[in-house]
Amino acid sequence: MSGHPGWEAVIGLEIHVQLATRSKIFSAAANRFGEPPNTLACPVDLGLPGVLPVPNEAPVGMAVRFGLAIDAEIRPKSHFERKNYFYPDLPKGYQISQFERPVVGAGRLQVRLDDGEAIEVGIVRAHLEEDAGKSIHDAYEGATGIDLNRAGTPLLEVVTGPDMHTPEQASACFRQLHSLVRYLGICDGDLSQGSMRCDVNVSVRPAGQEKLGERAEVKNLNSFRFVEKAAHFEIDRQIDRLQRGLPVARETRLYDSVKDETRPMRGKEQSNDYRYFPDPDLPPLALGEAFIESVRSTMPELPWDRRRRFLEEYGLGGITVGSRVGLMDGASLVGKELGKADRTISIPGDDRIDKTIVEYDADRLTRDPDIAAYFEEVVDAVRRAKRAVEDGGDQDGREATARQAKLAANWILGELTRHLNQEGLDFAKCKLPAAALGALIVRIEDQTISGKTAKILFDALWEGAAVGADGRPAAGGLADALKLVDGMIEARGLRQLSDSGELKALVAEVVAAHPQQAEQFRAGRHKVLGFFVGQVMRASGGKANPQQMQALLRDALAQGETAA
Amino acid sequence: MAAGLVRREWSSVELTEAALKRIARLDRSLNCFITLDADKALADARRADQALAMDRATPLTGIPLAHKDIFCIEGWRTTCASRMLADFVAPYTATAVARLQEAGTVTLGKLNMDEFAMGSSTETSFFGHTANPWALDRTPGGSSGGSAACVAAGLTAAATGTDTGGSIRQPAAFCGVTGLKPTYGRVSRYGMIAFASSLDQAGVLAGSVEDAALVLACMAGLDPSDATSSEHRDPWLEAVPRAGVGTLADGPLTVGLAKEFFKAIVAGGERIDEVRRTLERLGFRCLDLSLPHIAAAMPAYYVIAGAEASTNLSRYDGVRFGHRCAAPQSLADLYERSRGEGFGAEVKRRILTGTYALSAGYFDAYYLRAQKIRRLIAQDFAEAFKQADLLLAPTAPGTAFRRGQLTDDPVAMYQQDACTIPVNLAGLPALSLPCGLADGLPVGAQLIANHFDEERLLKTGAALQQATDWHERRPNLGWAEAA
Amino acid sequence: MAAVEIKIDHLARLAAMQLREDERPGALRDLKRIIEMVDRMRAVDVEGVSPLAHPLDAAVRLRPDEVTETVDREHYQGCAPVAADGASAGAGGRAVRDGLYIVPRAVE
Repeated sequence: MSGHPGWEAVIGLEIHVQLATRSKIFSAAANRFGEPPNTLACPVDLGLPGVLPVPNEAPVGMAVRFGLAIDAEIRPKSHFERKNYFYPDLPKGYQISQFERPVVGAGRLQVRLDDGEAIEVGIVRAHLEEDAGKSIHDAYEGATGIDLNRAGTPLLEVVTGPDMHTPEQASACFRQLHSLVRYLGICDGDLSQGSMRCDVNVSVRPAGQEKLGERAEVKNLNSFRFVEKAAHFEIDRQIDRLQRGLPVARETRLYDSVKDETRPMRGKEQSNDYRYFPDPDLPPLALGEAFIESVRSTMPELPWDRRRRFLEEYGLGGITVGSRVGLMDGASLVGKELGKADRTISIPGDDRIDKTIVEYDADRLTRDPDIAAYFEEVVDAVRRAKRAVEDGGDQDGREATARQAKLAANWILGELTRHLNQEGLDFAKCKLPAAALGALIVRIEDQTISGKTAKILFDALWEGAAVGADGRPAAGGLADALKLVDGMIEARGLRQLSDSGELKALVAEVVAAHPQQAEQFRAGRHKVLGFFVGQVMRASGGKANPQQMQALLRDALAQGETAA
Repeated sequence: MAAGLVRREWSSVELTEAALKRIARLDRSLNCFITLDADKALADARRADQALAMDRATPLTGIPLAHKDIFCIEGWRTTCASRMLADFVAPYTATAVARLQEAGTVTLGKLNMDEFAMGSSTETSFFGHTANPWALDRTPGGSSGGSAACVAAGLTAAATGTDTGGSIRQPAAFCGVTGLKPTYGRVSRYGMIAFASSLDQAGVLAGSVEDAALVLACMAGLDPSDATSSEHRDPWLEAVPRAGVGTLADGPLTVGLAKEFFKAIVAGGERIDEVRRTLERLGFRCLDLSLPHIAAAMPAYYVIAGAEASTNLSRYDGVRFGHRCAAPQSLADLYERSRGEGFGAEVKRRILTGTYALSAGYFDAYYLRAQKIRRLIAQDFAEAFKQADLLLAPTAPGTAFRRGQLTDDPVAMYQQDACTIPVNLAGLPALSLPCGLADGLPVGAQLIANHFDEERLLKTGAALQQATDWHERRPNLGWAEAA
Repeated sequence: MAAVEIKIDHLARLAAMQLREDERPGALRDLKRIIEMVDRMRAVDVEGVSPLAHPLDAAVRLRPDEVTETVDREHYQGCAPVAADGASAGAGGRAVRDGLYIVPRAVE
């Protein structure tokens, strides 16, 4: 592998997904974040003497939904078991989990990597269990405080096969699962709140060796980047040890993001004899065909299906788009989490890369169901606006749609994502109505404004949306949005200089002012055209239509030739 | 008693005061009650009298009852007879008790038992032993010994109990009262402090089958808070408060006698023979049969019950309720000393047994094998019920033993439950009926029915009690005057 | 039958339960007797028998996803243990502070 020739890393993940139910998995207390300590802990969650667990049907349905999405076997009969250990945030002294017979058996997941490749990762199993409470270690001298609000939160624990070999594959797999559970609507995906927590199992072995090396488990990672970094660190650490003739211990480690290192976990020092056995309070969980079919019939579109549909329906790519501004910015600005890949893909004019960008756009757009929905709204707004203007005559519909979609993708993945990131917002909390962005794109497409001025306008729209004159997001409807955008273009004098008269005069002026450079052009040094483009653009205050300007410049320079 | 209330021969307050007086006189010697609360009881009684006055009464309204101290009752100290919960005031009420309270019964207090229901003599209680009213130096059986002695001494007409391996039936037999362990799932376990969840079942000890049935009818039924409570509906049981237990209608029943049960008998065997003859006289057909695997019931039971108990009792850690050791030095210290101090010797034995049976390397040989034997025993019963409608067996191998007689030998103590344990493993309903005396001590006969066939079980029991006066024998309480 | 080997200290540790020096020998002796009794199970042929974990061979009943429990924290913390040491005691001497249950520092 890269960095360590002669070595192979083997990585598997265990991901705890907090299920977005109303009530807890075995009690009827609310499943929520952010309440005062122990105000969501009912007698069942507290493990009071005499209380009994009663399973909630919603997590079961969600587990089945997940299982169907990964083509897994759904067990007609599974068991809840007790996992016994003592810890103060585990009120009963055991966790109700599934061990021998989980509800979801083996399945598989296609994981798309940032370089456009895909790998298949086996899902060994997915099982239901209850979450523990929270230990608060830093509030009191010599004491730990226990908050059991989280105790009983339904979890789906997803266990992958040891099918990943690089840190990038591991984080991509985590990301793919994150995307999937959000599409399925079974988890809010809020990593900062611990809605998904990832344990990474890492081992290394000399390339070609069949036997797996001893593995270390890095617990409780809550970001894609940390998964990647922790895996990097572990691979380096383990190879280093083996190269120095030292063994790798089978142990649980924690990742310290400040020091960017992993270290052995202390505490919970008891042995790992969990004494699993079927919970006698809970008879087996039986899932009939009818139940499974009812879940199947309400399955939403899955991320990979939407991705495929986007590629087909919007034909993103294969189409040359006028302005590359958004695209280039988009490629370099998207996402905080991106690795190296994003810096290598925005090389204009490379067909191979172009194609990658296409898939890349689809990946980025469909990863988050909120982005995908927003994208479709924007494209729809643009289409409706055009249709209204062009009297329904959608001559080259496919190509136009693809062009508009590409523009929408660029703006969404570029400017919009950048603004959201700056303000630390999710797409779900995006204040800019899709119609407003749609209107902006309409005006770029009809060349009312240039890509460059569009960015100024976008900033203004963003601010306006953020402030919201009447306290509500402005321009929710398409007509309002167009009115708003047009008004802003006029008020700020941002209309592109595309009418030949004004632009022609400006071009003539610039050519006249630089006779020396004009002479060079005529002498065949056509590179100097770039100089003129810059001068005209500056003179126009950025409003010159680049295509028209170039044509006019060529004309003007050629005219001079004739004149001479 | 209930009829007297309805006819206004006496008020609930009068009944309650009389009970309190009797308790004051007798319970110093018996020690049935861990907690007694006259104020709360009289408040219940006054409410009941109001309901009676307004004709809003159920057949149980105004009847003083006492509950095994394993049931959580809001505002009542609920100890499970353990130091661990000696100061635990429950913040909620068990479903079974809540239903009795809603029906207007008066809660007199909480009854003594073996600690966490682990025992067969009511000697392991943190609150001291309970004496058998028939002979104060003998145990009342256990674990519901407080309930059995309470009913036998006439302190209450009925008391709740729980039965994990015989804990209702064996003390009922020792004290000469009627003890009913319903089908697993018939009565909610919510709020009943768990010993072994797949075996525990709440029931009742009473002076007669009719009274036991009346209390069961009130306690029973689906409870959404207990995932193991059954959806089975039983129109007969629902009609009991109006119509009583009733009589068997559908021809003569067959009663099976499994020879394996009778091997265990050390005393009182002739009384069981008498029950058989009585049944035959009443038109029942008696049939000898075999339950080949029940010899293995006891070891399987002690593995399963121990395993379940060992983790059911993990929640007693000194963190959220219960005993907490003084000045814990570390988390491990908090756990180990709180639990070490809070649990008595028998509870510790069961926890250690269960931990052993579930631990790595032993699980298959112990826990899993025990569950397989459980299947074989359940199948034995299923086969038996193809041949017979009910089974007759002794409740216990002998009569009430002397206090201290078995405390040094846990395995000998466990033998007490040899005839009752198989019933719990299979989840069946069973009844212990007084069937006369042997050497001046009560003997219990056990009737066992198929799942949810409490109807034929109790109708047969009622038929026996109509034909005999065994259940009306009461202990001579001469010792009370002497005291 | 092989002699029963019992690591009683290990079991006590798994059960997080102290056995005082004076109760340890008795506990070990009793446990040995119990395990010997339990070992009688070995005589039973269980070949091909599936285990029975619940007496009624039924499936678990599921509950609709509704919030019906509201929590009165003070009520439920009214039964919190009394902390005999000052260190972890909050108001009323109970081992609760700021709504949190308090235990000796549990190091992560």
